[in-house]
Amino acid sequence: MSVLVYTESEQGAFKKAAFEVASYAKAVANQLGTTVTAVAINANDTTSLGNYGVDKVLNITNTQLGNFNANAYASAIKQAAEKEDVKVVIVSSSADSKYLAPLLAIGLNAGYASNVVEIPSNTSPFTVKRTAFTNKAFENTQINTDVKIVGVSNNAFGLVENTSSATTEDFDPSIPELGVTVESVDKASDKVTIADAEIVVSAGRGLKGPENWGMVEELADVLGAATACSKPVSDLGWRPHSEHVGQTGKPVASNLYIAIGISGAIQHLAGINASKVKVVINTDPEAPFFKAADYGVVGDAFQVVPELIEKLKAFKAQQ
Amino acid sequence: MKILVCISHVPDTTSKINFSDNDTKFDTNGVQFVINPNDEFGLTRAMWFKEKQGASVAVINVGGAETEPTLRKALAIGADEAIRVNTTATDGFSVAKQLANVINTGGYDLVIAGRESIDYNGGMVPGMIAGLINANFVNNCIGLEVDGTSVKATREIDGGKETVATSLPLVIGGQKGLVEESDLRIPNMRGIMMARKKPLNVVEPIDVNAETTSVSFLKPTPKGAVTLVSSDNLDELVSLLHNEAKVI
Ligand SMILES: Cc1cc2nc3c(=O)[nH]c(=O)nc-3n(C[C@H](O)[C@H](O)[C@H](O)COP(=O)(O)OP(=O)(O)OC[C@H]3O[C@@H](n4cnc5c(N)ncnc54)[C@H](O)[C@@H]3O)c2cc1C
Repeated sequence: MSVLVYTESEQGAFKKAAFEVASYAKAVANQLGTTVTAVAINANDTTSLGNYGVDKVLNITNTQLGNFNANAYASAIKQAAEKEDVKVVIVSSSADSKYLAPLLAIGLNAGYASNVVEIPSNTSPFTVKRTAFTNKAFENTQINTDVKIVGVSNNAFGLVENTSSATTEDFDPSIPELGVTVESVDKASDKVTIADAEIVVSAGRGLKGPENWGMVEELADVLGAATACSKPVSDLGWRPHSEHVGQTGKPVASNLYIAIGISGAIQHLAGINASKVKVVINTDPEAPFFKAADYGVVGDAFQVVPELIEKLKAFKAQQ
Repeated sequence: MKILVCISHVPDTTSKINFSDNDTKFDTNGVQFVINPNDEFGLTRAMWFKEKQGASVAVINVGGAETEPTLRKALAIGADEAIRVNTTATDGFSVAKQLANVINTGGYDLVIAGRESIDYNGGMVPGMIAGLINANFVNNCIGLEVDGTSVKATREIDGGKETVATSLPLVIGGQKGLVEESDLRIPNMRGIMMARKKPLNVVEPIDVNAETTSVSFLKPTPKGAVTLVSSDNLDELVSLLHNEAKVI
């Protein structure tokens, strides 16, 4: 009856999101008076999960699961849930977890609530708060089924250290037909992703052209941030679609979001509003972004950004 | 190839979101409804399969009669027929069940849905359909080629993309990238006239119990005023971000 959490890893190492969902699972387990069991797939060292409240790890090592496969991963997690007779399953909001969660929900006859931002306000009836209307509102949703799946929004709960010593048990689920096979993966391994980033540096049409992105990348580098852009910038082909954030692009829920030469259209703001602190740099003091930002600089990006990079470098050198 | 495109009827992206009935219902007063942007990318890709590979394209929505203008718009863009399952959409699971029922009887090879709808952002309908009808599934799909029953698809992953091989029957969760923005079509007069003559079949729902219930809504708390920093005093910005906001 423990709470089950799927802790994602990449090349053997747990993602930050894994520790966040483990922290969340621990909080739910406390509400329910039970323990936390994690499912780990091809992870190198499972002991670190104990730092975030995990009591037991079902450790799956299987070369057939070398590449992510939603069907097979969902099936493995389903088998773990059935073995442990769990009633609550916690997953993250990564692209992979959002891919497998609906399949898992059908497999377990479980109701699924995605984009959840807080621990359940009530466990009977099981009620969670989630974002809706692309961050323009929140919805309180009740999950009515016996087994429940909660998808936690990135960066909504944070990491909570909770030392327990996790025991590890090898688990060997049966693997269904894959159906979808990976042929190639194209991923910059040295770049922070928008989903994982604590800081996102984003720029818009105010930058005039793709040749001016050097300073955006440098600012991101100094801050260890991911880069993003507004929709027209990706439509114009100045930056890849994968950087487009907003209502029709990726959602951002970073600790710090820096918007350079972005006007702050409603569709843009909807997607980035969940970020905790927002900074805007814009020549136009009337730009709507100033109403949504915490800090603002009215000024020319071509002057402000290089100078900010220098100030930040000096600050980092001091630290 | 028989294609079914799932169309969610959603508030236009510029809509102000308000709630009525003690914050338990979305207030549709004065709201313009459109084809969900993620579904529109999929519909546009379906038009390519129709024109280049002779596919037939049906569109479907689970909803009341008020969603018909959105379906007619999809017909005007070029879909051959429309289906409306005559029931109010309650949760993602019940919508997926209604759609799976139509798909099972209709024998579709390819089901194109959007990664998520921009109203409830559930992100579960495409995957649940795939689970219910036991078809292959590619989410966050940004590229799709079909040759006979073989499929090559591209999926966006966190920080990159991945090419996968799979086969029909297939369900995809589509999104931006599936077609170029410039490929999106605005219905022309001829399309609109033709759409009036195309079939829009209303089918009755099956019995389904919703798995989740929307209890109430709330709006984010309004923010305080912005702190302006002069562009010749950026040290202050660094200091505010470090000492006050504690984000660097
Ligand atoms: C259906 C739909 C969905 C949409 N979805 C999204 C979405 O998901 N994400 C999104 O971003 N947009 C979205 N949009 C587009 C949105 O409405 C805006 O058009 C877009 O966000 C504007 O991008 P921008 O701020 O980069 O450009 P602009 O609005 O052109 O703003 C550029 C800004 O740069 C400033 N500027 C100019 N020069 C400088 C300089 N030298 N230094 C500093 N500042 C400067 C200007 O003052 C201006 O405020 C959507 C639109 C529609 C219709």
